[in-house]
Amino acid sequence: MRCSMERIDHMQYLPDMEILEDSDIGERVVKAMQEYDCTRYTAADVKRAIAAEYLTPEDFGALLSPAAEPFLEQMARRATIETQKHFGNSVLLFTPLYISNYCENQCIYCGFNCQNKIKRAKLDEDGIRREMEAIAKTGMEEVLILTGESRKASNVEYIGRACNIAHEYFKNVGIEVYPMNTDEYAYLHECGADYVTVFQETYDSDRYEQLHLAGHKRVFPYRLNAQERALRGGMRGVAFAALLGLSDFRKDAFAVGTHAYLIQRRYPHAEISFSCPRLRPIINNDKINPKDVHERQLLQVMCAYRIFMPFAGLTISTRERAGFRDNVIGMCATKISAGVSTGIGSHTEEEDAGDSQFEISDGRTLDEVIAAIKNRGLQPVLNDYVYI
Amino acid sequence: MNDKLVIGGHEFSSRFILGSGKFDLDLIHAAVEHAGAEIVTLALRRVNSFSGNILEHIPAGVTLLPNTSGARNAGEAVKIAKLAREAGCGEFIKIEVIHDSKYLLPDNYETARACEMLAKEGFIPMPYMYPDLYAARDMVNAGAAAIMPLAAPIGSNQGLATKQFIRILIEEIDLPIIVDAGIGKPSQACEAMEMGAAAIMANTAIATAGNIVEMAKAFRHAIIAGRTAYLAGTGRVLDRASASSPLTGFLQE
Repeated sequence: MRCSMERIDHMQYLPDMEILEDSDIGERVVKAMQEYDCTRYTAADVKRAIAAEYLTPEDFGALLSPAAEPFLEQMARRATIETQKHFGNSVLLFTPLYISNYCENQCIYCGFNCQNKIKRAKLDEDGIRREMEAIAKTGMEEVLILTGESRKASNVEYIGRACNIAHEYFKNVGIEVYPMNTDEYAYLHECGADYVTVFQETYDSDRYEQLHLAGHKRVFPYRLNAQERALRGGMRGVAFAALLGLSDFRKDAFAVGTHAYLIQRRYPHAEISFSCPRLRPIINNDKINPKDVHERQLLQVMCAYRIFMPFAGLTISTRERAGFRDNVIGMCATKISAGVSTGIGSHTEEEDAGDSQFEISDGRTLDEVIAAIKNRGLQPVLNDYVYI
Repeated sequence: MNDKLVIGGHEFSSRFILGSGKFDLDLIHAAVEHAGAEIVTLALRRVNSFSGNILEHIPAGVTLLPNTSGARNAGEAVKIAKLAREAGCGEFIKIEVIHDSKYLLPDNYETARACEMLAKEGFIPMPYMYPDLYAARDMVNAGAAAIMPLAAPIGSNQGLATKQFIRILIEEIDLPIIVDAGIGKPSQACEAMEMGAAAIMANTAIATAGNIVEMAKAFRHAIIAGRTAYLAGTGRVLDRASASSPLTGFLQE
């Protein structure tokens, strides 16, 4: 496995990377984030934002500021109203499936880092089929296919094959893999995938450079424009996220919302969703933690996303504990994973063939999560989508 | 009184249609039993969910109105309609073509195109649309069986925000006008019926009520009240006081 140490220029595209000459969304997001000063908001700004019928990006900034912290309860109430208006009682379910953990990147916070000594594995087609069959048997109808980021170990054709197989077992197939070019997204869309999730990790390019030491992922702008290429490739929806805790979480959350906002304006048909991952311990480094992003701050970010873009989906990760997850569905989260394992081959093998990306906090099965959703008076929805 | 709602040659006694947005079985039963719904909308994209085929849970005597939600253009709407027909949902099809993820406003142009394509395929198209007279006429000419204008953006809880434009459709279009989306309260349903709407479609208002059964009943009463008032002939409620002395009293006969 190639694990180059080369420190390439993180702002420079590599030769095969497509450049979107006609889009400045990425630059606008970064500029907006740089100009965002969370200290200049007052309680009055926050109150105005919470009461506004339609929020401006400026209002969104206020909701993410420290001035909004004392208003978290009010934000949660407003968020609950918006979630109910746009999603009713529905809570969507999905499960992630890791098919390969080979990675060529060196992201210092990630268990898949190619320098990290973990058990590596990649499922072959039979393995993928077995895992998917096992997941589908639990009743799950939506799957999210994940790989480590290695074009060698998991090339586009391999991911495409996984999408084909997934399309046989599931109604809804998403991918969370390395960023790729428009034509490659179009190919995966043809193979049955319709949603693309790319975490930018941090929108602060200097911090990004410090954290992503080598590999394709080091190229900041290419990752930043992934959602746009995915939509141009015909994908129905895209998901945005920063890994909270890597950098100034308020700035990063502001960038995530601004990114989604600008993409939605340019691609009004696109389905938009947010994820809200926080840093987690990994194998060989149990010290990694979300730093200043405690549950209170995480909830503030989630409610701010919900109130700013009330129509957008919001996924709550198994990185969070069951008690937190159960309480944010219906309030701001609209989608929850269940039956999760982040290792390779975990759904059919006694022992993982490959190690996991991070530690999860909520290992409940689909049935258990469904019961928890019903318990809150909400309605579990396994599929709300048709692939055309 | 024989006051039937006729859509595409099919007669219905009830003027309440259950929408599909926040769909679950308790809601269907409440809507059918307590709101008297005879038509239940169903998004095809949810048909095969709920651990088994949802069609099996639809009470007898209820007409299914599958919708094409998820379609972004006419071609996709036709594909979804055909899938619905194959799934056993019948000939009725509520056309929803939406190309905007923020306000979920229907695309009238693509909707009219879908109407034409689906009518030719033998469907009974019921287009969900933004209340625009020209678009409604196009849909009528394309073979629509009813016109379903939105009262307000989905989820906005604004009630009859497009009231004046729906009123024009009621006056000018010779098909049933079914008010869809935005009806948040029974009083708003009543208002639309009083104005001459042929039926009301609602979902969220009942699905998210504190007591689903009681809210379903409230809608039933409101719709009947509005319809009765319309048939009774509310006449023109003048919006200005009439002069006590006639302005034309000076005329010499």
